[in-house]
Amino acid sequence: MFTNILLIVIAAVFSQNFILVKFLGICPFLGVSKRTSNALSMGLAVTLVMVIATLVTWPLYTYVLVPLEIEYLEIIFFIFIIAALVQMLEKLIQKFFPALYNTMGIYLPLITTNCAILGVAELVLTPDLTSIIGSAGADIMMNLGFALLYALFAGVGFTLAMVLMGGVRERVEKLPVAKCAKGFPITMIIASFMAMAFYVFTLIAF
Amino acid sequence: MNKYGKITLNGLVTNNATFKLVLGTCATLGLSSSAMNGLGMGLSVTVVLLLSNVVISLLRKLIPSTVRIPAFIVIIATMVTLLRMFLFKFLPDLYEAMGVFLPLIVVNCMILGRAEAFASKQPVLDSAVDGVATGLGFTAALTVMGIIRELLGNGSFFDIKLWDFTIGFFSNSAGAFFVYGICIALFVFITDAVDKNIRAKRAQALRVPTGDEPLDPVDDPTAKEEA
Repeated sequence: MFTNILLIVIAAVFSQNFILVKFLGICPFLGVSKRTSNALSMGLAVTLVMVIATLVTWPLYTYVLVPLEIEYLEIIFFIFIIAALVQMLEKLIQKFFPALYNTMGIYLPLITTNCAILGVAELVLTPDLTSIIGSAGADIMMNLGFALLYALFAGVGFTLAMVLMGGVRERVEKLPVAKCAKGFPITMIIASFMAMAFYVFTLIAF
Repeated sequence: MNKYGKITLNGLVTNNATFKLVLGTCATLGLSSSAMNGLGMGLSVTVVLLLSNVVISLLRKLIPSTVRIPAFIVIIATMVTLLRMFLFKFLPDLYEAMGVFLPLIVVNCMILGRAEAFASKQPVLDSAVDGVATGLGFTAALTVMGIIRELLGNGSFFDIKLWDFTIGFFSNSAGAFFVYGICIALFVFITDAVDKNIRAKRAQALRVPTGDEPLDPVDDPTAKEEA
């Protein structure tokens, strides 16, 4: 049990990192990573929405859509639930945590169309854990606990990549980069080096 | 150049979604590991873009502007659901290769972007042309990246084995970021050079007469009005 949890955590944060390995949530990664502080706020907002979205979408799929045999409606249902959740969350945070709203509130509306959220909701819809931790998870059934754990640590991995990128970009902005490589191209190449570093984590085995 | 030519050029090159606007990046990075995957993903997005643009353009006077974004998302999600069923039935290989990126076409910012910026304001035929042009611009970009990554990372071209020499870097995620970065830089470099060239030519054609030579009657707006 403990090994499984550890494997899910390592996979979600490092070896299957949402941004650098799975290419999910690249838009905020490029758009909101100019400063470390902004990157951190965005990362936390995404993590929060990921966990809450999974908490709703996984039970909905497993206990409503599958018994009624309307799985094909999952995309429409999920995107609506995520949009509604984000809207509610924004209002709630604005009302009860104004300080928090000031730091991450402006990023919340952007999250609706962030593929990382819909991505995690789709990725946890597997019968067992093979797609997450490899062959070791072949006979472990997926349940809500594992789904939430994966969503939480996928968010942590997302935040980690965002903050690292923010730190690098703060410095690269001051360097003389060729005109045609300014902005997106140089950011992509930095991301490439970061992805190489994260690739090493795929060699972890138990 | 007529209206449709302009829309086409805009979607394909001037405002290329992948290299110029850097939209739909997740799908670009995820599906450019081989030329075939890039082409398949590109064409799938093109179909969704065409259908959603046409439907949104048809409904543009019925959708109240306050709820337009949710309405657009439902239309796009429906198109993606239809596409998913079609691919599952007729192209299972592509369905497998696309994996989680197939449902994620819904949140591809390029599609919502065209709906918001173009289809919600323009007539049906213009929107259809715009959808196809933008989609093909995306397809071309993905295919080019797919060809580069497949040649270097796998030594093949559209799944045809050419040589045994391979560089694993290019089939990894790091290679995707690297090739994408280099492609954007090259695209910016080439379009900037072409742009500068066109501007120089135009400036030369419109150069202010020194006084010795008579004004060209065609270039003189007052002369045109009199005619």
